[in-house]
Amino acid sequence: MAPRATRIVMPATAKSGEIVRVRCLIQHPMVAGSTGPTGDGTSTTARNIIHTLTVSYAGADVFRADYQPGIAANPYTAFAFRAGASGDVVFTWSEDNGAVTTATRRLNVTP
Amino acid sequence: MGLAANSAAAACIAVAIAAVFAVETLATEPPSHLNRSLKSATQFLSPELAAEQADDARNRGLLWVEQGATLWHAPADPGGTPDGASCRTCHQEAEATMRGVAARMPVFDVSRGRVLNLEGRINVCRTEKQRNDAWAYESPQLLAMTAYLSFQSRGMPKSATRDWPDTASGSGAPSGPAQNILDRGRTLWNERQGQFNLSCAQCHDDNVGRKLRGDTISSAVPTGYPAYRLEWDGLGSLHRRLRACQLGVRAVQFEHGSEEYLALEVYLAWRATGQLIEAPAIRR
Amino acid sequence: MVRSMIDHSSATNRAQPIRRDMVARPSRRDMVAGGIAACAYAVSPLVGWTQIAVAQTVPAKPLAQFETAWAELVQGRPLATGRLTLDIPRLAESGNSVSLKVAVASPMTAADHVQRIHLLSERNPIATIGRFHLTPSSGVAEVETSIRLATTQNVRAIAEMSDGTLQTASAEVVVLLGACLDPG
Repeated sequence: MAPRATRIVMPATAKSGEIVRVRCLIQHPMVAGSTGPTGDGTSTTARNIIHTLTVSYAGADVFRADYQPGIAANPYTAFAFRAGASGDVVFTWSEDNGAVTTATRRLNVTP
Repeated sequence: MGLAANSAAAACIAVAIAAVFAVETLATEPPSHLNRSLKSATQFLSPELAAEQADDARNRGLLWVEQGATLWHAPADPGGTPDGASCRTCHQEAEATMRGVAARMPVFDVSRGRVLNLEGRINVCRTEKQRNDAWAYESPQLLAMTAYLSFQSRGMPKSATRDWPDTASGSGAPSGPAQNILDRGRTLWNERQGQFNLSCAQCHDDNVGRKLRGDTISSAVPTGYPAYRLEWDGLGSLHRRLRACQLGVRAVQFEHGSEEYLALEVYLAWRATGQLIEAPAIRR
Repeated sequence: MVRSMIDHSSATNRAQPIRRDMVARPSRRDMVAGGIAACAYAVSPLVGWTQIAVAQTVPAKPLAQFETAWAELVQGRPLATGRLTLDIPRLAESGNSVSLKVAVASPMTAADHVQRIHLLSERNPIATIGRFHLTPSSGVAEVETSIRLATTQNVRAIAEMSDGTLQTASAEVVVLLGACLDPG
């Protein structure tokens, strides 16, 4: 399967100590699943969602989101962290079937 | 430079600009049917959804645009052109070469004697140039590519009048088949259908701005499509939306890519001349 | 069934019977909330109706799964208000996606910061919507996301502070129904 489309909007540079605001999207239907019968009266739909987003910055975890089926499809999340050293911001989305999507952005921090 | 010389220079420039605009106006008269009163559904979105549509960090339709960009640059599937040519091989960067293409669709393909909308034109490339299978409507690939290409025309006015007769009466029509298709689309628009026995016109011409439960009826301007629709939790084509309309009035639905939907798409595009492309729009 | 006036002779238009599941019948919540008005409205969409169709005018009781999730989370601890704000529209055009922002007034220092923010729904099938883990390096305790709401209800947020205390806020969201349900 082709990697899931993601969109990350965050600044490329920040001053040390500044708050960096991050907004991200990932393409995923977030199928809530049902335990009751579907239209044909026989089958159920399995849950298939992204259950976790973790974000690390310069090697340390800065943010984590645990999603349940009540999170809307193609999940949007915005969060913040304080700029310290220049480093990679690594996003990791994990799905129910074990698949993982990652994306990396570089943050350059000026004194 | 003295003040007088400055004023003279400014006056010359002003006259030159006016002259340019005068020529532009004469050369590009708006079509006689241009309907400036059409209200796209964007005008009736809640402030929250309107803000999402306008914000490139929030607009989920852009996920499909991203996918389309990847597809544009990817070599063709195995089994396609021997050298694995991608879209980019022939068309270079879409930002430059595809600007305005979606705004002009659909077109009347004289050599094939039929309507080509954006999906159809993409599949002509797929099947004839890349020697591969056509992409089906609502397939991830066709949605991604139509989203990507429509996005290249975002903000441009819909201008699919090159092939289609400029006047409602059809005088000066370029060709018989094109006139027939536009007429067919207009007929479908005005014809009552379904258990509710409603025509498109009754809602989208006669009752624009009025409520249908929580929804406000729009003018059915197609410029937002392919659109991210909350009802679908994803992006879908105009034809998928037309199927939803037909279901809404309890009519037998046409198929994606059918002659009926293509004719209706022609009429919708003709009717929406001048409206700005908004794809990918956010819709309920 | 009224015969469609569309010309069915075209080869590309295969006549299909309308399946029962394709016909959107008024749901139970429509009946309870809007009564006869909702049913009539669903079949005669061109009444001159200028008010927004409100699913419910009185917030209904939370469902059992909410009470369970809430109790498990709160564990009998006291809940304070005032520092947590839940910014969510009063009216949601669709329950499929409702955007919100939750913020907690906190210095986000090692000594005083928000550890977790929880979002719960009183009337969704699953009460817990999501959980967000922050650290002092978050800088500010602000999170945005988009959630699903099954019906008009209260949305609840709880913030777990580093000193073990809880902050909370609640907001009622009226979820509108669109003109037509579209299963396809």
